[in-house]
Amino acid sequence: MENILPALKISLLVASTATFMIAVGGLFFAYVLARHDFRGKHLLDALITIPMVLPPTVVGYYLVILFGREGLIGAPLFELTGWSFIFTWQGAAIAAFIVALPLMVGVSRSAIEAVDEDLIQISYSLGKSKRETFFRVILPLARGGIMAGIVLAFARALGEFGATLMVAGNIPGKTSTLSLSIYTAFQTGDDHLAKKLALILTAISVAVIYLASKWTRS
Amino acid sequence: MDVSVSFRKDLEGFPMDVSWESGKEIVVLFGPSGAGKSMTFRAIAGLTSPEEGRISVGGKTFYDSKSGIDLPPQQREVGFLFQHYALFPHMNARENILYGHSDPKRAEEDLAEMIGLFQLHGLEYRYPKELSGGQKQRVALARALMRKPKILLLDEPLSAIDLSVRRAIRNELKSLQKRLSIPMIIVTHDLGEALTMADRLIVYNRGSVIQAGPPMEIMDHPVDETVSELVGSFPLHAGRTFSF
Repeated sequence: MENILPALKISLLVASTATFMIAVGGLFFAYVLARHDFRGKHLLDALITIPMVLPPTVVGYYLVILFGREGLIGAPLFELTGWSFIFTWQGAAIAAFIVALPLMVGVSRSAIEAVDEDLIQISYSLGKSKRETFFRVILPLARGGIMAGIVLAFARALGEFGATLMVAGNIPGKTSTLSLSIYTAFQTGDDHLAKKLALILTAISVAVIYLASKWTRS
Repeated sequence: MDVSVSFRKDLEGFPMDVSWESGKEIVVLFGPSGAGKSMTFRAIAGLTSPEEGRISVGGKTFYDSKSGIDLPPQQREVGFLFQHYALFPHMNARENILYGHSDPKRAEEDLAEMIGLFQLHGLEYRYPKELSGGQKQRVALARALMRKPKILLLDEPLSAIDLSVRRAIRNELKSLQKRLSIPMIIVTHDLGEALTMADRLIVYNRGSVIQAGPPMEIMDHPVDETVSELVGSFPLHAGRTFSF
């Protein structure tokens, strides 16, 4: 158990933090992409989607370039605070955020696009601002898709491996998530532990997929 | 005039250029599908912006390309009834009606008035999917009128209503207009509906107004063959017995 609990704790912390950022940021991007036309829309869409098709290690590599101590964001951050994302659980959360964001944006964007345009226009005509219309019409009607997007993103964040390994390493008790611990256990010949960890991850993922499909249907 | 509409808009296929006026009466925009009738509604309601022109209602300028006025839909005081009513499916009748109301102190009083006016007693907590076509229309009208609009736009108001109750609803709409005393503009491509409802008929074709006036006058003196074809196909024309 002593090998499982810390990994489970780190996994849940990383996945929950990433999911919170994904819920807020993903909903914003989904709304902007679904309801607005602007220059660079396709570029933004491609930038959000590309981590889905790139190997996670490549995403991790770019994140290190960005957030490493010598990185574009990492260097000034380190200079200011003496702290770096690399080899921390926060770094793992950033990696999970980038990798799982496209799932949330894709699913919730479709849900927002599926809201009847007449309902949005009648809301404006009844005096409601874009913001009010979003919260009172679009959000409730797209709720199923948005919840499914959040849940799927959580599942993806929970299972993240490659980018997390590149950015946060595999430090037991600090950055070693369930997925990373499975790899370590398997490499060191602890098949029993690997099996337990794999079953836990599988059980969580099945529960999450069940919830997502339930919400999508509703 | 209470309503003055004059604008140009480039549409795919043809440029739209319309100009007409109306008082506190029932005006029917009549013409084939795709003639620009619904686009006119969208321009009045501020849901689309014309290329140029001027639109004013009740002395308030909604749009004027010369002085750069283009009020957002939220500020236009337009009561808009969409073809399929566009009731919010996640709200019951009461919540739908109250949606556009902005004064919480008067909400219950105004709601009771609308429930009475449109005979919606007992339906307040029903969701749109539990309402008939006619009931949906009354809820949508009540919702539009809660904001005390200066003009009422009805897009194909009878198309989703059973034939058996259409006549009653036509009469209801006519008496509603008299009671409210605001311009009521109706879009239809049903000639029978146009002739029985209209104080003034405005005939649209391919983005232009080809004739405007009292329905009888248009039927007696169509300006050209197109109008003649559009209004002449009405089977009761010769008899002039509009008792449906």
